[in-house]
Amino acid sequence: MIAELGLAALWLAAALAALQLVSGALGLTPKGAALAGIVRPVAVVQGLLALTAFICLIYVFAVTDLSVKLVAMNSHSMKPLVFKIAGAWGNHEGSMLLWVTVMGMAGGVVALIERRLPERTMLATLAGQAFVSIGFYAFLLIASNPFERLSPTPVEGNGLNPLLQDLGLAFHPPTLYLGYVGLSVAFSFAIGALVTREVGPAFARAMRPWVLAAWIFLTAGIAAGSYWAYYELGWGGWWFWDPVENASLMPWLAATALLHSVSVLAARNALRAWTIMLGVVAFSMSMVGTFLVRSGILTSVHAFAVDPERGSFILVLLAIYIGGALTLFALRAGTVTEGERFALVSREGALVFNNVMLSAILGIVLFGTLYPLVAEAMGAKVSVGPPYFNPMGALFVVPMLVVLAVGPLLRWRNDRFGRVGGRLVIPAMLVAAGAMALLVMGGVSLLPFLGLVLAVGLAWASLLPLRERKLRRTPLAVWGMVMAHFGVAVSLFGMSSESAFSIEKLVAVNAGDTTEVGPWLVRLDGVEPVAGPNWTALEAQLKVRYKDADPVMVRPQSRSFWTPPQQTSESALLTRWNGQLYAVLGGEGEDGRWQLRLWWKPFVTLIWIGGLLIAFGGVLALIGRVKSDLRRIIARDRTADRRESQGR
Amino acid sequence: MSRLIVMLLAAIGLFCAVPSLAQEEQSTAPYAYRQLDDPAKEQQAQDLMETLRCLQCQGQSIADSDAPIAGSMRSLVRERIASGERPEEIRAWLIERYGDYVSYAPQLTSLTWPLFAVPLALVLLAFLLLRRRFRRGGDR
Amino acid sequence: MSEETPTTTRKGGGWAIWLPLALFAAFVALVLIGLLRPADRNVESTLIGKPVPEFQLPPALPARPGLDSRDLANGKPHLVNIFASWCLPCRVEAPQLAALAEAGVPIEGISVRDTTEALQRFLDEHGDPFQRIGADDDGKVQLSLGSSGVPETYVIDGKGVIRYQHIGEIRPEHVPLILDKLREASR
Repeated sequence: MIAELGLAALWLAAALAALQLVSGALGLTPKGAALAGIVRPVAVVQGLLALTAFICLIYVFAVTDLSVKLVAMNSHSMKPLVFKIAGAWGNHEGSMLLWVTVMGMAGGVVALIERRLPERTMLATLAGQAFVSIGFYAFLLIASNPFERLSPTPVEGNGLNPLLQDLGLAFHPPTLYLGYVGLSVAFSFAIGALVTREVGPAFARAMRPWVLAAWIFLTAGIAAGSYWAYYELGWGGWWFWDPVENASLMPWLAATALLHSVSVLAARNALRAWTIMLGVVAFSMSMVGTFLVRSGILTSVHAFAVDPERGSFILVLLAIYIGGALTLFALRAGTVTEGERFALVSREGALVFNNVMLSAILGIVLFGTLYPLVAEAMGAKVSVGPPYFNPMGALFVVPMLVVLAVGPLLRWRNDRFGRVGGRLVIPAMLVAAGAMALLVMGGVSLLPFLGLVLAVGLAWASLLPLRERKLRRTPLAVWGMVMAHFGVAVSLFGMSSESAFSIEKLVAVNAGDTTEVGPWLVRLDGVEPVAGPNWTALEAQLKVRYKDADPVMVRPQSRSFWTPPQQTSESALLTRWNGQLYAVLGGEGEDGRWQLRLWWKPFVTLIWIGGLLIAFGGVLALIGRVKSDLRRIIARDRTADRRESQGR
Repeated sequence: MSRLIVMLLAAIGLFCAVPSLAQEEQSTAPYAYRQLDDPAKEQQAQDLMETLRCLQCQGQSIADSDAPIAGSMRSLVRERIASGERPEEIRAWLIERYGDYVSYAPQLTSLTWPLFAVPLALVLLAFLLLRRRFRRGGDR
Repeated sequence: MSEETPTTTRKGGGWAIWLPLALFAAFVALVLIGLLRPADRNVESTLIGKPVPEFQLPPALPARPGLDSRDLANGKPHLVNIFASWCLPCRVEAPQLAALAEAGVPIEGISVRDTTEALQRFLDEHGDPFQRIGADDDGKVQLSLGSSGVPETYVIDGKGVIRYQHIGEIRPEHVPLILDKLREASR
């Protein structure tokens, strides 16, 4: 019953999306103006219906209704409740439902609260949002119905991939999704602006909170995903330049560029066409990424939630939406002026530089990810991995970081380096000192070397915009920017330090043996069996001691799940202020000795702390922006009221 | 696509962490899970292993994989490094047998030149764009 | 839209404005090729047409000779089957190998990462078509042949040159193909 309710809500939402598109489009014409009034309410109801469908899906997963095919395929009655619920989006159909839910809700919120834009642009925007939604509703209802029933009802479900049965992972996908789909709002705003040709600061201010929010979720989602890969896969790696990871990085790169260009547009009414373009590109990258992964075109060797037929469906959607938006852009952008001019050395100049670099990095990631396909089309096989992406990315990241240190200090419009140069003396000295120290130490390869010294300089420089300001009266948005930039430095330091200073130790030990890894002494006390709700495991008792500190027990496990049968290794992490000890239990050798994989990774946690700082900086900026927007709206309403009363 | 990261990694896990088909044991090659005694050589081996692609799981480097064949490849790499071979010779030896697929570091060939041309083109394009943007936009 | 600076207005115009669409079209074309003509995901050996790399493998079973690459260059074409007792598809292909052995094809085995006992059990259960079986315990000979998994079967001609590599199990419908390749190799 609940499943049918969900399906009905989904059909109704799809129908309302169609209505929203038609009435929005007609509302733009002189004859259909009467329809314009219903667009906003329809958008809100559509969002609520999508949410209803999603709640229904969560419900059938929570009660393990095995007569629903999706539940039977992906869940199991013996699973902890939180993973049952997470199972709702841990599969293709459920995640697509989450996609349309977020999209519908976002459209509804825009319809509900956005009042700054000209009504015509709003109509076009909401029609655009509905247009995109319809395709995904169709995809769900035609090719991936999450509420399909199964007859006869099976006695038990298939279970969820054990690697996904992890708390961090249960909430990582929806976080990323909020980011990907949140960008659809920017996309629709861009479409709306292209249709009505109204691009300006008001448009940028309306778009900015959405871009910021989506970007915050993307940042947090990527950081969480990376940390999950780091501790769950058991090899100590945190980024593999795998197509799937790249698929999440590309929208982030585009969104980061968009975030900065939209600020230029809001503050200075410049970079209009470019901002529109990025608005289109950012969400396009979300869709391209979805396609690349779902179609299995790049990773089909992992036959997991991959279906070429669905891939073709998504490709058609891509062709319609991205192709359509880019055509509209090409036709209309020529008539959108670039807006106000500015000098090379200016805040805008630095932001343009940042945008160009980010776009270039995006280009390289996209091209490198797709190149194996190009080679296959020519009948050959190549692999493109870290040895390609790291140096090629650095080619653009390094100049970008240098400009990042200077940019926030520059004035809008026109400035001189001489004016800010003095403030950069200390960061420059830090860079030089860091470089000297590393050179003396030796043995650090080029990229980590650059990363470390730049991180030190950047950390200082990123705080400079706070100088000569009264901290209490500094706007939240500035705090946000400073924190995000500081987070970049922190994260960069973590990455470079991990790469330069990690110590790895593979040993085979008997109970009682002690081994040394970096500043740690690790002693294997024994290996014992333990049992969890749906797994059993072998657990190593490791007594570890950091230098002279008291010993601590850590317990890495090698787990065996039975639904479905699979083995995972649960690494044990021990965090100190200056790094992490990472321990993995391997197999037992014929001689009865146990394999241990141990790493000491200095400052590795800074990678994700930096990521969180970046996201938190975004949150501060978002709060600041929304607050000042609200203040502006209230002030405007008051003036309007006053005028009205005076008029009488 | 969020699951992306998820799925992908999960999928890798499915294929590599668990050659659960049967009771295939961990690689029995001597240096699959053993480091070289000389830290400098081990570092060389490690750097090389991170850039070689596991043949069975196809989505991971041999340094990150539990697949038995990855263990064999690690052992091969370590033994050859220990006997004094240079990393690039070992890479070439593997490419001779498996093609460019086995190496994550694309070599510059008639097939892969665009990989290197595109970043150059992007640098050029970025330069041109910036120059065009600012040539006329300078101080007024 | 306001028209304040005509000089910059032109910037967006011209060919550059169609560039994103063109790039996207190229992307769609590329993935269409990929979708319509899914590439073979097997990693093939690039040693086809080249001599077998030199190797000497010790016997995997006490009563059976091991495998030396020189054994393969004795003027007659051989099949070299890379297999293991832990590999399920190897069981599937066992009847086909038996039939080939019956037909007089010399089949040499390379047993990968296996133990004597498991191997003996496997042969007892699924038949034993092998003349020689070399024990490739660390998988190094497998790597030197450019093999990326088990089972794989190589056709090697009388001069010891690799003529064909069959990836995955030999199913009944593959037998004629293997026989063809052997005939070609004997020319």
